[in-house]
Amino acid sequence: MSGKPRLHYFNGRGRMEPIRWLLAAAGVEFEESYLEKKEDLTKLQKDGSLLFQQVPMVEIDGMKLVQTRAIANYIATKYNLYGKDVKERALIDMYVEGMFDLNELLMKHGYLPPQEKEQHFANMMDKAENRYFPVFEKVLKDHGKDFLVGNQLSRADVQLLEIILMAEEWKPDILAKFPLLQSFKARISNIPTIKKFLQPGSQRKPLIREEDVAKVISIFY
Amino acid sequence: MSAKPKLYYFAGRGKMESIRWLLAAAGVEFEEEFLETRDQYEKLLQGGSLLFQQVPMVEIDGMRMVQTRAILSYIAAKYNLYGKDLKERALIDMYVGGTDDLMGFILMFPFLSAEDKEKQRAFIVQKATSRYFPVYEKVLKDHGQDFLVGNNFSWADVHLLEAILMVEEKKPDVLSGFPQLQAFKARISSIPTIKKFLEPGSQRKPVPDEKYVETVRRVLRMYYDIKAN
Repeated sequence: MSGKPRLHYFNGRGRMEPIRWLLAAAGVEFEESYLEKKEDLTKLQKDGSLLFQQVPMVEIDGMKLVQTRAIANYIATKYNLYGKDVKERALIDMYVEGMFDLNELLMKHGYLPPQEKEQHFANMMDKAENRYFPVFEKVLKDHGKDFLVGNQLSRADVQLLEIILMAEEWKPDILAKFPLLQSFKARISNIPTIKKFLQPGSQRKPLIREEDVAKVISIFY
Repeated sequence: MSAKPKLYYFAGRGKMESIRWLLAAAGVEFEEEFLETRDQYEKLLQGGSLLFQQVPMVEIDGMRMVQTRAILSYIAAKYNLYGKDLKERALIDMYVGGTDDLMGFILMFPFLSAEDKEKQRAFIVQKATSRYFPVYEKVLKDHGQDFLVGNNFSWADVHLLEAILMVEEKKPDVLSGFPQLQAFKARISSIPTIKKFLEPGSQRKPVPDEKYVETVRRVLRMYYDIKAN
């Protein structure tokens, strides 16, 4: 195992993307092994690398971590992106779990059959604009600080930026009613490690293209 | 806000049950307010108590916490059920992630059609016996200790016992190939706080029934069909 964390996933966002964002925000270089066909997944399953036979899996610090939350929690703690005490962690956890729910909705969209897409789209945009973004707008408004929790950068900020950008891919003006989220977006995007991750050539993955969906599905099913 | 944590949910298991288990395992007394009407839910919403308009919600230590995992992590850390260092926490998080996924298949069960229930029952048993139970069986076998992580009682043990009992309700002999888990089940069940929780009259909730399903649908206006896995 090299010094750098190694991510095992397919070459796309899915559930691994928040982990790429976190590592990038923390300025941690990482390597990636891509699953391209079912045999790649089977091989990992057979050699005992995947605790529950699933990816994401991240090799880090001598461990083969699975379960998205376990991985993200570990990285956030290790790189000081998890608040300074239990109460800050509680806030971060609440915010991040909400974002995780929204991420699941956004992520799922690309994989749905055509007849389900329209309704799902309406639902995910409704949730983004009426359930999730208003909460974070209010958090920022109430304390007037630059970051969501404890006046310092945390995983909550990183993941909020990620979610905002993903939602904007579907509806470019989705932040129209959220002035504080607009300035938050600009501010967090300017943090050097994040700015770098947002540039072409980084390990950030693009939105899945329709033509790639079948291939991804064939790896897992 | 009282000194005891107060749980806001339906009078049934759902996503709150793991929280009840963890508080009970930690020996923490808690109060509950059961949602029975749409009005109660709307009152909570209007009062701004539900960050993302959802339950579970737990009033604890001056906070109105939502998001099941956030609540569980907070309780685990507060009552020393989250390991002693970062690596133990990583293991606990992984194990709990697995049992959470397994119990997730059971969570939707009461909402399924009769036909889908049969399919889902088979699915649950298959996943339990081929994906999840073998992992915990091996963990216990490999280190030979009483608890899953760090030779100390943790959230992972509570969560696994909860999952085992839930799967057994779907197939009573499901542990027959898993001797370590059988011993684990007996051992953890006899921990005094847990033993108490397993007795009749505790705040543990029974297997969800039609009444529970109706209540949830009515309160949340959740009338769409739920699909099996």
